[in-house]
Amino acid sequence: MNLENILAEALEAVSSASEIAHLEDVRVKYLGKKGEITGLLKTLGKLAPEERKDAGAVINKAKTQVQDAINEKREALVAAELEKKLAAETIDVTLPGRVMPTGGIHPVTRTIERIETFFGELGFAVKSGPEVEDDFHNFDALNIPEHHPARADHDTFYFNPKLVLRTQTSGVQIRTMETEQPPLRIISPGRVYRNDYDQTHTPMFHQVEGLMVDTDVSFTELKGILHDFLRNFFEEDMEIRFRPSYFPFTEPSAEVDVKGKNGKWLEVLGCGMVHPNVLKSVGIDPEKYTGFAFGMGVERLTMLRYGVNDLRAFFENDMKFLNQFR
Amino acid sequence: MKFSEKWLREWVNPAIDTEALSEQLSMAGLEVDGVDAVAGDFSGVVIGEVVECGQHPDADKLRVTKINVGEDELLDIVCGAANCRQGLKVAVAKVGAVLPGDFKIKKAKLRGQPSHGMLCAFEELGMAESSDGILELPADAPIGQCIREYFNLDDVTIDVDLTANRSDCLGIKGLAREVGVLNSQDVTEVAIAAVDPTIEDTINIELVNSQACPRYLGRIIKGINLEATTPLWMVEKLRRSGVRSIDPVVDVTNYVLLELGHPMHAFDLAAIEGGIKVRNANENEELVLLDGNMAKLNPSTLLIADENKALAMAGIFGGEGSGVKEGTQDILLESAFFAPLAIAGQARSYGLHTDASHRYERGVDPKLQRDAMERATALLLEIVGGEAGPVVEAVSEADLPAEKSVTLRRERLDRVIGYHIEDAKVTDILTRLGLTVEFADDTWSAQVPSYRFDISIEEDLIEEVARVFGYNNIPNVAPTAALKMTTHQEAKLPVAKFRNELVARGYQEAITYSFVDPKVQQQLHPQSDALVLPHPISIEMSAMRVSLLTGLINTVVYNQNRQQSRLRFFEHGLKFLKDETAENGVSQIAVLGGIIYGNTHNEHWSIESKPVDFFDAKGDVEALIALTNDVSRFSFKAEANDGLHPGQSAAIYLDDKKVGFIGAVHPQLQKSLGLNNSAFVFEIEADALVVRKLPEAVSVSKFPSNRRDIAILVADDVKIGDILNSIEKVGGNQLVDLNLFDVYKGKGIEPGFKSLAIALTLQAADKTLEENDINALVENVVAELANKFNASLRD
Repeated sequence: MNLENILAEALEAVSSASEIAHLEDVRVKYLGKKGEITGLLKTLGKLAPEERKDAGAVINKAKTQVQDAINEKREALVAAELEKKLAAETIDVTLPGRVMPTGGIHPVTRTIERIETFFGELGFAVKSGPEVEDDFHNFDALNIPEHHPARADHDTFYFNPKLVLRTQTSGVQIRTMETEQPPLRIISPGRVYRNDYDQTHTPMFHQVEGLMVDTDVSFTELKGILHDFLRNFFEEDMEIRFRPSYFPFTEPSAEVDVKGKNGKWLEVLGCGMVHPNVLKSVGIDPEKYTGFAFGMGVERLTMLRYGVNDLRAFFENDMKFLNQFR
Repeated sequence: MKFSEKWLREWVNPAIDTEALSEQLSMAGLEVDGVDAVAGDFSGVVIGEVVECGQHPDADKLRVTKINVGEDELLDIVCGAANCRQGLKVAVAKVGAVLPGDFKIKKAKLRGQPSHGMLCAFEELGMAESSDGILELPADAPIGQCIREYFNLDDVTIDVDLTANRSDCLGIKGLAREVGVLNSQDVTEVAIAAVDPTIEDTINIELVNSQACPRYLGRIIKGINLEATTPLWMVEKLRRSGVRSIDPVVDVTNYVLLELGHPMHAFDLAAIEGGIKVRNANENEELVLLDGNMAKLNPSTLLIADENKALAMAGIFGGEGSGVKEGTQDILLESAFFAPLAIAGQARSYGLHTDASHRYERGVDPKLQRDAMERATALLLEIVGGEAGPVVEAVSEADLPAEKSVTLRRERLDRVIGYHIEDAKVTDILTRLGLTVEFADDTWSAQVPSYRFDISIEEDLIEEVARVFGYNNIPNVAPTAALKMTTHQEAKLPVAKFRNELVARGYQEAITYSFVDPKVQQQLHPQSDALVLPHPISIEMSAMRVSLLTGLINTVVYNQNRQQSRLRFFEHGLKFLKDETAENGVSQIAVLGGIIYGNTHNEHWSIESKPVDFFDAKGDVEALIALTNDVSRFSFKAEANDGLHPGQSAAIYLDDKKVGFIGAVHPQLQKSLGLNNSAFVFEIEADALVVRKLPEAVSVSKFPSNRRDIAILVADDVKIGDILNSIEKVGGNQLVDLNLFDVYKGKGIEPGFKSLAIALTLQAADKTLEENDINALVENVVAELANKFNASLRD
């Protein structure tokens, strides 16, 4: 067979190969040690020396041609195979992932954490205290002696005349001032209890108490810090008003209202300048130091912030309710 | 306190409307709780007279009437009220009238009889919650006059929620004074003149406890007519103040109470034996009160008594026996000053709260008794007639509240407020408030009027100045303080860290009540003696929790009953244990508790799910413990716990101290607690978790590590934790990791035994471990296990 036919046959074989293994067979058949083109090279010796060079060149060119064709085809086959593999491995990326669903923080805790952040950055330390409290810390030291009408307003849960469930977190003020000297900056979040249960009252709720005592703490500063807090808490430039009120443990005292979206004023916290009797009861000289204190209802703030309309939902712990606070 | 705006405006009438007035009161610290119209919205109702009143031919309960409303023709009106009768003056809604609720009156026929209008009851005009029959007007009511005009109904009831310090505003007189101050306007006081006695009857008054009652005025009025009716204007003022008309004597005392803020009392003179003694109750003394209840009196209770018996609880409540009743002809009128401390708390100790006790325990003007007496006498004589005797006054001047003088320093005012209010302004405010003020040496000296019980120290004046000046006229200033860095102990973990860990592990935080149902808690903790509230909201909320379990299980049940099947909750809070050694006899321990319920995962196309078990909960607790970086100090010991499955329950120890528990809710309790499936719970003291060990770095070995797996066979009852601990001990520093990767029982293993597969990772800090080093170590481990646990290597 002449070279031309062999070459044509070999190229045809390469192009029709459908697997890499076939290509190897083609290579062996034409270019292997006993291959047909290799065979032709072996016949060169029989030619006259002057013809040998030209004939050799022609055969070698054919050999290279076949080898190139094989290489090219191999690459094409490898690429096709990869493509096939990738196609087979394709997944539906829209399927849901394997997730361990996360839980959530209770909205009341979430609000407390936010309040702690605002005041914490101003150097207010977080303090906590007992919830079963003696009447000294819950009342007497706060300038609410026995039989003071304000005691009756508290709907207190009594264990006995000397022991109560705290009606306010203000007792923590006293416990702090008993052991630490001014300057003092604390906040105290926690549970408080009142014997009252209806649409707008739960027998347990949360307050955050704040206290700052230093040599020249003033009412303007109390107003300043609470304005600042409320605007940061609601992230809104809302209208805020300070309304005179009465708490036995502060004087002057105020209640603070914010104007709701419906144009109505809503009370969100109580505050005032620490009453000199309170400072005296813990051995702080009211001539040397002044202070302010405030107490805010966490549930009320949370309701306003997130549009919760039923206070009782906070303690039912319905997953469908809690799940919304992520 | 509820009051009629019109009544107030008789005293002081600023040129501001109702809304502005309410706002002004609120912003002065007298918080307005509500403003309500004194009648419903109606029109077309006039005064008429029943000219004829006959039986309806076809209806037993209806009457056919002819009504004169001052027009040319009488109106035919059918009326169903039993009190409808000829000659009565009535309120007539004529055809075209509109009654509250947009109820239009039209011509109608009732059972065949024409009815051109309606005779109204108070209820139908929005002037009472309920009424019995149609309203009856006095005989002199002018026919044809508009009812709104006749009753002066364009008025509102304003409800102010007065704080405990402002008892001076518990009457129109005090409110008017305050409104006068706020508007810089004079108050027109009601004229009170002494009533000249027309008889000479007097009664002897003895102040046995003059400290509690420094002043007592009594006056006899004889020959009263209790059948007289209270005039409409008084009934209306009382009604608009939320007080029901009873009889003329009670009405007058209530009227004076509302007008002057001073409580009064009237006794039936016939019931008094000898003179009046104001004294404390004796041991075992009893008194039947006006409401018919018998009170067992306490010796700290002040009484009005006669020679032989108690007549009334002073300043709180009258007695039934000495009360004015049908047939009473002669009365003794009382006007007294009782010291607040003598009355405070007394009413409450009997479960009482009266208008009188409310005022006396907060403070009544000690100079007002005579005015109140004269005012009440004059009103009474006008209404019920009779003859008044002279006023007898018993007084102990020494026991009356002393005149108070309070000073206010310029510098102190500025320092507390943080803002300078002009001298003249301060003087003006204090003067308007009724204080007699002198200003010298930068100090105000102020004489406090007798009605301002609440003013006794400098701060009280500061508050008054700030309040009247207006809190909102005082600027807001950011506080200043030294920039002192706060401590942040790295070794103390915030609780938030544990919350976040649990949230990441799929737990939802719950907040449950600290008081729980004792019956449920008793099932879970039969041994515990919980602190109990004597007066709870309900029995189900009466026992202080001794663990978080009751609340957490309740929360799961609540959600399970609302179609939730996979639940994980945690709570952080106090538990309350009786403990004689703790402050107030209660140990209040902050704990972190959790509960898991349902499957490990939600149903998913590619995750196999199974019911949660002990080790899911334990893994979560281990994750919390891992945050302390001090894992080796914690251990889990098989230990039975209240309410838990005895075979699936462990105590959690920190060193040798029990700090928590973990386990399955006892299968027997599951049903009675309402759980459909098993639940796993844990609780651990927060204090045990929040201490973090700070890292002490050692250099990392550069030499390769080697892993050797061993499989051992050991009796089933050997605790794997003990085995792992032993391996750690034997392994020493060179054992850098230890992992139990298989526990197998069953086919191929002798019954009563289990097979454990354990990977040991060995590495030295200073050299590459040679084969013989490794083998020696592994052999030591195996020998120790054989020796201690009778374990054998499995081939």
